[in-house]
Amino acid sequence: MDEEYVLMKGNEALAEAAIRAGVDGYFGYPITPQSEVMEYLTAAKPWERTGMVVFQAESEVAAINMLYGGAGAGKKVMTSSSSPGISLMQEGLSYIAGAELPVVVVNVVRGGPGLGTIQPSQSDYFQATKGGGHGDYHLLVLAPSSVQEMADFIEDAFELAFKYRNPVMILSDGAIGQMMEKVKFKPQKTRRSDDELPGWATTGKTPDRERNIITSLDLDPYRQERFNIHLQEKYRKMEAEEVRYETFRTEDAEYLLVAYGTSSRICQKSVQLAREEGIKVGLLRPITLYPFPKEPVAQLATQVKGMLSVEMSAGQMVEDVRLAANGRIPVEHFGRMGGVIPAPEEIVEALKQKIIGG
Amino acid sequence: MTEEIIIAGFGGQGVLSMGKILCYSGVMQGKEVSWMPSYGPEMRGGTANVTVIISDERISSPILNAFDSAIILNQQSMDKFEPKVKPGGILLYDPNGITRHPEREDISIYRCNGAEEAARMGAIRSFNMLMLGAFLKIKPIVGMDNVLKGLKKSLPERYHNLIPQNEKALQRGMEIVQEVKKVEG
Repeated sequence: MDEEYVLMKGNEALAEAAIRAGVDGYFGYPITPQSEVMEYLTAAKPWERTGMVVFQAESEVAAINMLYGGAGAGKKVMTSSSSPGISLMQEGLSYIAGAELPVVVVNVVRGGPGLGTIQPSQSDYFQATKGGGHGDYHLLVLAPSSVQEMADFIEDAFELAFKYRNPVMILSDGAIGQMMEKVKFKPQKTRRSDDELPGWATTGKTPDRERNIITSLDLDPYRQERFNIHLQEKYRKMEAEEVRYETFRTEDAEYLLVAYGTSSRICQKSVQLAREEGIKVGLLRPITLYPFPKEPVAQLATQVKGMLSVEMSAGQMVEDVRLAANGRIPVEHFGRMGGVIPAPEEIVEALKQKIIGG
Repeated sequence: MTEEIIIAGFGGQGVLSMGKILCYSGVMQGKEVSWMPSYGPEMRGGTANVTVIISDERISSPILNAFDSAIILNQQSMDKFEPKVKPGGILLYDPNGITRHPEREDISIYRCNGAEEAARMGAIRSFNMLMLGAFLKIKPIVGMDNVLKGLKKSLPERYHNLIPQNEKALQRGMEIVQEVKKVEG
């Protein structure tokens, strides 16, 4: 028996973890399959526990701009939404990246395009990892694959956001948001006091320092270019230092599945099923989608005979897998779309048809 | 031990909460658990189902296409999930409203007149606990002490007065479940 564990939906675990991480403010607008986040927060009344603000904005556009303001003041602020709502936030995210502000945005992905469906999908990979809004920027993207990680990644996301002064996205999906697993929480952290805010925060000029200015506008092209070079250096540093991934039975693998989030859970079962048939398959699960684990994929491309990228999309991450494998071996995609979740057996069949028999 | 279970019926029969109570019982027993519901328009008035996995090991896929056990509460779910029970697995069903009874030769089949018995006990809402009791009689994967703890954890405090009635329903389900056909698993 284990009293410390509780049974919760991914969305609820994320909300509880946000309170415990000492987040200063949550601003959001409801959308399925993510609505339990704000539902949980309003029921838990964190303003009574820690002083955390929970605010239902009039729209996703308003919510993301509230984050711009809150982060500019040096506060730990976050929002969550699902695909159509995240599309509405793209302008704000581009401004936040351009103003170098740390915010955390959670996307509990549903099928698209358009209003699409409320069922789980992974078709926002491009939007999440390649910028999403205008301009040369990246979000740092973490992909949880369990309810426990929905909780754990909140604190990690804020650490990374403040370390790099860059927006961080937690890219989840409707399945992880809606499913229940057991989860253990970290103890409550105290929220930062006003004395502990970062030096760049716009907290009001004092006589002993220069004015802090937060903006994404600089009309001088040479200064703007220097700023862009600085951003690129920041992304190279993330690529060098922040890559996270895990492997499952790759030691003797002759074939490799590459999958993140819900798909990576299903693929673990596929690996077991395939191995029962004597096919030596392993799984690489990227945890950071940007920066993408290029090196481990490149390394495995010298070991295995072929790779199958498994995604609930028409094939988006497969492009990054192909770039990393760099033509050494065949890399194919298998996926279901529109909210359909692939079964473990289907993936084994696709591996046989597209890679082993191909 | 890994037990992969599908519970399926109409929305309102307590399918999702039966799954949640089973999962919480597993947590109380120190097991790994997952609860993956069908959600969305499917749930509203139509069929509802939930995949529950209870295991000694870290759970891989929370979404499955083949099950060790199926708890079936309406005809649509019988049509959909009878073919998805693994050979040697078990199917437990309530015959109330069933027009085509299970036909598989390679699985064990059990029947529990849960809806009828719940009505007789004057506790229609405890129908799902009758069925859960029946299931735990066949597959005692969690101890009754932990089921009661799980029940307590799952129910909001304002409903804790209903725990004795639910406990009675669990016991009754264990008593009335009938074996229709047994195959070696």
